[in-house]
Amino acid sequence: MNVLRFRAILYTAVAIVAVAGLADATYLTVQALTGETLSCGGSPDCFRVLGSSYAKVGRIPVALIGALAYFSVFTFATFAAFGYARARKFVALMVGMMFLATLWLLYVQAFLLHAYCRYCLFSAAITFLIAGLLIAVPPSHGRPTS
Amino acid sequence: MKRYLPFVIVAVVALTTFGSGTVLYRAKRPQLHNIPESQSVLAKGDKESAHIRGNPDAPVTLEEFGDFQCPPCGSFASFIGELLKEYDSRLRVVFRNFPLSGHEHAREAAQAAEAAGLQGKFWEMYDTLYREQSLWSNASNARELFESYAGTLGLDVDQFKKDMDGDRVRERIDSDHALADFLGVKVTPTLFINNRAIDPKDKNPEGVRAAINAALEEKSKNGT
Repeated sequence: MNVLRFRAILYTAVAIVAVAGLADATYLTVQALTGETLSCGGSPDCFRVLGSSYAKVGRIPVALIGALAYFSVFTFATFAAFGYARARKFVALMVGMMFLATLWLLYVQAFLLHAYCRYCLFSAAITFLIAGLLIAVPPSHGRPTS
Repeated sequence: MKRYLPFVIVAVVALTTFGSGTVLYRAKRPQLHNIPESQSVLAKGDKESAHIRGNPDAPVTLEEFGDFQCPPCGSFASFIGELLKEYDSRLRVVFRNFPLSGHEHAREAAQAAEAAGLQGKFWEMYDTLYREQSLWSNASNARELFESYAGTLGLDVDQFKKDMDGDRVRERIDSDHALADFLGVKVTPTLFINNRAIDPKDKNPEGVRAAINAALEEKSKNGT
């Protein structure tokens, strides 16, 4: 298998995994928008995390920011899989930021809230998996083609 | 064709996500009905028996369907105290039981509050249950704790024990639950202001204050 084909397969895998993250983040966004995270009776495991002040940036749910981030990763990874070299830089940049945000959110759950939301842990796992896939992508030594 | 394929894929995923998100939002959004006048605390009979805190003749009524084992209800209980100070004689708060089946001791806690209510100390037990929520929620025998709270509040503990399992308490909780089901209540706390449901996304201090202010304004416009 040549490097280009291997790279395309890895970016396709990143795009597919990002769709799983997008679905998870979309679900959490809907929960936040319907007010379910401020109540008992919907998802009892999660309300301590999703109902906390850390689950919003201003008035915007963190889940919505996550959904936009996963969609960006999906978009850039799809273009990278089709050979758009510049898209690779954007994937790496987005995933780097998401990786740092994920570490912060895990810290918040473990040490500040002492509670875990399984959907948030799933999202963290997705981000780590995407980061791992990106690390496995062979580096390119040529100039971007487009 | 290959040149346009990534654009097509991205567009399809974007539309699918937006579409499924919208469908999910509509499905999850609670469909709450307003409280009918016949079931309102404004009805004379209910006004006498309802658990009312604040000025009984206040122009604005904040009605809560709550669960004593629900942490957001606990947070809301302390916020209610702030609201009653802030709005003084312009606000009254009504509590109705909606113990969730997923909470192990919620029904017993509701029974304890109602049994205390039969001895005239509903709100004192309400405050105690929310203040001590983290303790009894994780206790193996919460009932013993409820009985100790009754003793601390100066209630007749033997009567309290009997009342907890009595018909009056059971009927009261069942009646609140039936009203909640009728109104479409699914989660706690669910709030109504002057019989109108508060949008769940407005269930925060700013949203609740805005709804109370709007109700006050409406009352003053109507001259009542």
